[in-house]
Amino acid sequence: MTQPNRGGEYDVAIVGGGLVGSALAWGLARSGQRVVVLDEGDIAVRPSRGNFALVWVQGKGLGMPEYAGWTKQSSDDWAGFAGLLRDQTGIDVAFRRPGGFMPALSEEDLQARANAMMRLHNQPDMIRYPYEVMDRETLRRELPVIGPEVVGGTYCPLDGHCNSLRLLRTLHTGIGLLGVDYRPNHRVERIERRDGGFRLATAGGEIGAGKVVLAAGHDSARLAPMVGLSAPVRPQRGHIIVTEKTAPFLHHPTGYVRQTDEGGVMIGDSFEEAGFDTTLQPGVSSAIAARAIRMFPLLGRLNVVRSWAALRVLTPDGFPIYEQSATAPGAFVVTCHSGVTLAANHALTLAPLIAAGDLGDRFKVFSARRFHVPQAA
Amino acid sequence: MSGQATRFDFDIAVIGAGPAGLAAAALAAGRGASVVLLDEQAEPGGQIYRAVTETPVRDRKVLGPDYWHGAELLGPLRDSGAVHWPGSVVWSVARPREDGPRKDGADGPRRIQIGLSRNGVAALLTVRHVIMATGALERPFPIPGWTLPGVLGAGAAQVLLKTSGLVPSGATVMAGSGPLLWLLAWQYLQAGARIDAILDTTPRENWRAALPLLPGFLRSPYLGKGMKLMLEVRRKLTVIGNVTGLRAQGDGVLKSVTYSRNGVEQRLPADTLLLHQGVVPNLNLANATGCAQRWDEVQRCWRPTTDDWGATSVEGVALAGDGAGIGGARAAEEAGRLAALDALHRLGRIDRTQRDEAAAPFRAALDRALTGRAFLDTLYRPAEPFRVPADDTIVCRCEEITAGAVREAVRLGCSGPNQAKSFLRCGMGPCQGRLCGPTVTEVIAAERGVSPAEVGYYRLRPPVKPITLAELAALPKTEADIDAVLKH
Amino acid sequence: MFRRLPEVAGDAIPFTIDGRPASARAGDSVAAALLANGVTTCRNTPVSGAPRGPYCMMGVCFDCLVTIDGTGNRQGCQVRVAPGMAVETQDGKREVER
Ligand SMILES: Cc1cc2nc3c(=O)[nH]c(=O)nc-3n(C[C@H](O)[C@H](O)[C@H](O)COP(=O)(O)OP(=O)(O)OC[C@H]3O[C@@H](n4cnc5c(N)ncnc54)[C@H](O)[C@@H]3O)c2cc1C
Ligand code: FES
Repeated sequence: MTQPNRGGEYDVAIVGGGLVGSALAWGLARSGQRVVVLDEGDIAVRPSRGNFALVWVQGKGLGMPEYAGWTKQSSDDWAGFAGLLRDQTGIDVAFRRPGGFMPALSEEDLQARANAMMRLHNQPDMIRYPYEVMDRETLRRELPVIGPEVVGGTYCPLDGHCNSLRLLRTLHTGIGLLGVDYRPNHRVERIERRDGGFRLATAGGEIGAGKVVLAAGHDSARLAPMVGLSAPVRPQRGHIIVTEKTAPFLHHPTGYVRQTDEGGVMIGDSFEEAGFDTTLQPGVSSAIAARAIRMFPLLGRLNVVRSWAALRVLTPDGFPIYEQSATAPGAFVVTCHSGVTLAANHALTLAPLIAAGDLGDRFKVFSARRFHVPQAA
Repeated sequence: MSGQATRFDFDIAVIGAGPAGLAAAALAAGRGASVVLLDEQAEPGGQIYRAVTETPVRDRKVLGPDYWHGAELLGPLRDSGAVHWPGSVVWSVARPREDGPRKDGADGPRRIQIGLSRNGVAALLTVRHVIMATGALERPFPIPGWTLPGVLGAGAAQVLLKTSGLVPSGATVMAGSGPLLWLLAWQYLQAGARIDAILDTTPRENWRAALPLLPGFLRSPYLGKGMKLMLEVRRKLTVIGNVTGLRAQGDGVLKSVTYSRNGVEQRLPADTLLLHQGVVPNLNLANATGCAQRWDEVQRCWRPTTDDWGATSVEGVALAGDGAGIGGARAAEEAGRLAALDALHRLGRIDRTQRDEAAAPFRAALDRALTGRAFLDTLYRPAEPFRVPADDTIVCRCEEITAGAVREAVRLGCSGPNQAKSFLRCGMGPCQGRLCGPTVTEVIAAERGVSPAEVGYYRLRPPVKPITLAELAALPKTEADIDAVLKH
Repeated sequence: MFRRLPEVAGDAIPFTIDGRPASARAGDSVAAALLANGVTTCRNTPVSGAPRGPYCMMGVCFDCLVTIDGTGNRQGCQVRVAPGMAVETQDGKREVER
């Protein structure tokens, strides 16, 4: 239900209209909040436009089992989420969960993956989920197109993918239908707490709201301290390559290669510490291409039609930050790497909690305070 | 002049072997720089002088004297010592990561890496300076039915004539505006080809706007030739003026063209429809290299920002010819020479005074060649409905996205083409926005009620032309490149 | 529909279109050769299945895509016809193996 209008026109101002911000906006508006989304313009560092579109569970959460559980929950809720979006907008975001593979090109690699999965599942409080370590022959029955160098791989039935660009558009269509005010060209410069609410100075004028949610990707690092929060995120560059549309031949996503519903083959990705530079490096693209061909030799003949480098939003440990400000209650920060995977959670689970004004104990583990604990000698 | 087997290091790479590139390469190599001239076509000449060395059209009067001028650029190139690699598709121009400020303390230009593909093999060239002479593209002409087989660009028809001696044989309609349309009609007349009608879409009000610029045009070298040619076409062919609407129709293949004129629609049977409404800079490579560009309100197109010498915002990268803004073949040639002189200066081969002195005659010739341009640009500025089409018209041919879908994206909050691209996929197909970019910008601008300059253009990335994954995979890689991919 | 100007000389080059024998002239691109042989439609699009033929003849529109000697999605206007070349029109998306 609509809350008393304390700070100005809106109940909630969301900073950032990428996947995280628009999923939250969709969820908040469904919870009855009057929402404004403040976004940058056409040119922006926006990984929501450059990601790999996996809804991926396998391997995540080593070091933080709660993250593994959170990820699994989103994967489980994703089909329902996609259904809600389709019912509302008529658009199919092409979510499929056929199970995903991580092919390995050497025995060491396969062993390392198997060990990591084992350690992951041996963590206390881990919510276990099924996975398999496959030898070459077993893998080949599932993925007949693997090349001779593939020695085996890991498989998890919870892994899937979607059309993430269409997801972004669908969320924007959805929030429009829910009456959310989406404002491009409103980069937020400053946030102040005033009269029990927040005033946001933007490139397009001042906005007032009772609550503020920082979902500004990289820029949350700058904005968070203005409301007593912290978001120590850094950019990590990832190159991605896409081929021309091809008749369906790869029926499962893998961690490196997947075929989209439209037919193009997406090939990823790299991990580079290069600041905000998104210049493509031919050598890096080449290394990505070479690995993909070793895994799936018949990709070699396909034409590359596009490639780009996008910037992951990474915290020091790679896990998300979900937190309400202690000194400025009503201010929240939401930042994560896997905004596609976690979209269902953000829309269906997190948004109602933000609407209610309390994240509860479950999210304490995701507080940025974990980065400030002095290291024991 | 053909490529020695494997040399991968040059002072200067010239990309594009049209008039600008031919002149630039010849001048720079003639003065001692090592120059490689790259072009995806099998023969030098670019678009205007396409197949000038080997055209099967032997009757010289068909293609006209301006065409044959192209042959004069080839001798100097041959004598200059420039290395010419035809059939080379350049898909990337970038500075290698490890090339920071020079460590040896010497000054002089840093290195630039060129990704090219030749005979199905990709390679990286290292150069100190790049002159892009990438020329022009036909401006998109989005009308209902323009994707039907049988509808081609007039420029395409001209390529068919020059390279293969092919002319349309069934019912043929030409439509649009601009000098090239008249030139092609004239060439067809000389060749005895059939043209049923020319539908002239030049807006009546353009004449009014252009009139004040007429004195400039009267001094232009185009005047005599252009007028004579247009008059001859008008005398001998059916020219229908003031056409304000066009539709190509047919069930799977073109059957007829419907046009409106003074509010009345008429239909012409047609097997071939040749469309043309001017040309725009081919800026994909410059854009993907990071060169700044600006909106040109008179020519209504984007053009990379350049200084008097063609230098772009990216150090070591210059542009010459129509790729930097439409000026025509003769202007392109002179611009190529100016860019070459500046390159020699930047490479330390000539000093500033030598450069400026050598440039003087070229600059004068450039000014002469550009005289009267403003008149042509204004007169042949395409009418709004042909640049900003109605909802049902496809604007992105690759992904089959209509103008209506673009408008809907704007209503969802897309303020520019990049967000529209991710929402709709317009510009994501193999042509990489070449045939929809100008239209998408203008449709968004009109819908938002702001100028195209504010709306912006696609941000492009290499490869600007498709290469196979295997080609990409075979490129040299550094340790760091491999680590970035495998260490995870 | 296109026809060759009568004065045009040059060697005839035999090739095939979808298995049928056809003739081109030295210097023709594949796209030009198709047009000269009365083939205006070279493919159906992968998006809607709409028919397309060469539009720009200068390598920018990618509407002239055909399968050449077993390799799909090649730009017909950028490849010269060679004797014995097998040119195939395309239907929808390319197959990964060709
Ligand atoms: C190479 C790569 C591969 C990936 N693959 C996957 C994958 O397979 N699966 C998966 O789940 N995730 C993947 N991701 C991550 C996913 O893309 C991100 O999690 C998601 O895009 C994050 O969404 P966002 O809204 O935080 O960020 P963004 O998309 O960055 O959106 C932030 C928005 O905030 C706006 N903004 C910034 N500052 C301001 C300001 N001051 N005022 C107003 N607006 C502002 C920006 O313009 C932008 O619109 C990948 C990312 C990369 C880089
Ligand atoms: S006809 Fe346009 S690319 Fe070949």
